[in-house]
Amino acid sequence: MVNHISEMTIPTDWSVAFVNLIRSGVQKIKKNQFLFEELIKRDFKKKYKRTILGMFWSILNPLLQLAVMAIVFTKFFGRGMDHYIIYLFSGNLFYSFFKDATSSGMHSLMQNAAIIKKINLPKYIFLLSKEVSSCINFGLTLVIYFLFILIDGVPLTWRILLIVYPILFLIIFNIGFGFILSALFVLFKDVQYLYDVFTLLLMYLSAIFYTIDAFSPTVQKLFYLNPVYSYISYVRKIVLYQTVPSLEHHLLCAFYAIAALIIGCLIYKKLNYKFLYYM
Amino acid sequence: MAKKKIIVEDVSVRYILGDFKETSLKDVIIQKLKGTYQQKEFWAVKNVSFQLDKGELLGIIGSNGAGKSTLLKVISGIMIPTTGKLAVNGTLASLLELGSGFDGELTIKENTFLRGAMLGYTREFMEKTYRDILEFAGLEEFEDRLFKQLSSGMKSRLAFSIACLVNPEILILDEVLSVGDGAFRQKSEKKMIEIIKGGATTLLVSHSLSQIRRLSTKVMWLDHGELLAFGDPKPICDEYEIFLKKQK
Repeated sequence: MVNHISEMTIPTDWSVAFVNLIRSGVQKIKKNQFLFEELIKRDFKKKYKRTILGMFWSILNPLLQLAVMAIVFTKFFGRGMDHYIIYLFSGNLFYSFFKDATSSGMHSLMQNAAIIKKINLPKYIFLLSKEVSSCINFGLTLVIYFLFILIDGVPLTWRILLIVYPILFLIIFNIGFGFILSALFVLFKDVQYLYDVFTLLLMYLSAIFYTIDAFSPTVQKLFYLNPVYSYISYVRKIVLYQTVPSLEHHLLCAFYAIAALIIGCLIYKKLNYKFLYYM
Repeated sequence: MAKKKIIVEDVSVRYILGDFKETSLKDVIIQKLKGTYQQKEFWAVKNVSFQLDKGELLGIIGSNGAGKSTLLKVISGIMIPTTGKLAVNGTLASLLELGSGFDGELTIKENTFLRGAMLGYTREFMEKTYRDILEFAGLEEFEDRLFKQLSSGMKSRLAFSIACLVNPEILILDEVLSVGDGAFRQKSEKKMIEIIKGGATTLLVSHSLSQIRRLSTKVMWLDHGELLAFGDPKPICDEYEIFLKKQK
């Protein structure tokens, strides 16, 4: 009986501790709000300075990618599916957001090593500012995505509003994953090359340009082991098929995000003072 | 009795040493599998204890690698001691080697605001004092230049000018008073003395012994992480000078 009670209390203690961790993190960001804003500004200025097309590159780039994929897969492989371009765009939009946010997040600690070694600041603030920049980029592409939906004549229903759900959890997932990656990158400098291979593999496993109908139901389920695919398929369900995904699908999206965030936070908490030795 | 501003009790800091900065995940996995994975240790600071009152200026001397900067990093909260305890009572500003950490691709103004934000200033404060900072650094004409186009002396001057606006209770200075040309050095020393006179407790690392003699109320001599002497500046500085001569 005693054992049973202690088993019951452990998870609640954990969740309380975790909520407190997040809360103190948010408070520190508020305290450092000026710095947070300046960091985001810096990322933007550096990204768009001295390129003639400036911000349009960030819209143009995914569009060009999309165009290439659309031409290759419709003209050469002859996919005869309705609204294939939206199918493709949905996959590419979410995959690119994940890749962009995590790749730039990976470098956030090392890029600011000179500062971290000299001034006592909450380290995650550098990662979060990168994540905000990626979100702004994603927001711009999202507008184009909606334009494409209108132009391509996909039936519009209220269910499209549900898109907020996977976006929200993908952002949390990106932050958690960014924590893990940036910490790994401080410890092991070859992580950046391994990650390139990893994202390539992930792209093929995310069914961006193909459908998984041809696979057996078991294999189709296995695709959901891939968090990015889970978010992509959620969006396709509400946009292309106008259905509300199952409860399990909702829980899965939330689970991946929260798990990544918890692991990321724990790693940062554990390594907070050790990073310095590796920079 | 007034509360001590800084209490350091038996503090030691251990570095993990080796060429692990370049170690890759692949190497670590292979080494762990082979059982050849090992880390060397190195104590940068060994069993250091001391206390400082309000308004005191502690000069820290010692040759390179004596653990001076590590000790300052511990006090400013960037590192935590491996063993031992410390208490720091009051707001703290630390000006460690300043020239680094700026962004060469941004302009002076952008860098100034970013650095100010890192030092914990508010936006209103920065907008109000930005002109003064530029003037103090003598960089008014260069305002719109990219940071990487400045000379290294100008960079340190700007860094010092941003940082010296603070009004902290505890001030940490690591080799920052030897910045810029002669005129600027005088100006910056004057500014520092102003802050110290305002009642700040200061820790100063400097290789200029005459500066330490002139400014300090107490001196600490570190050697290979160990505290060799702590107390009145004159006798310790004299002894240190003899020590330096012997080494030559």
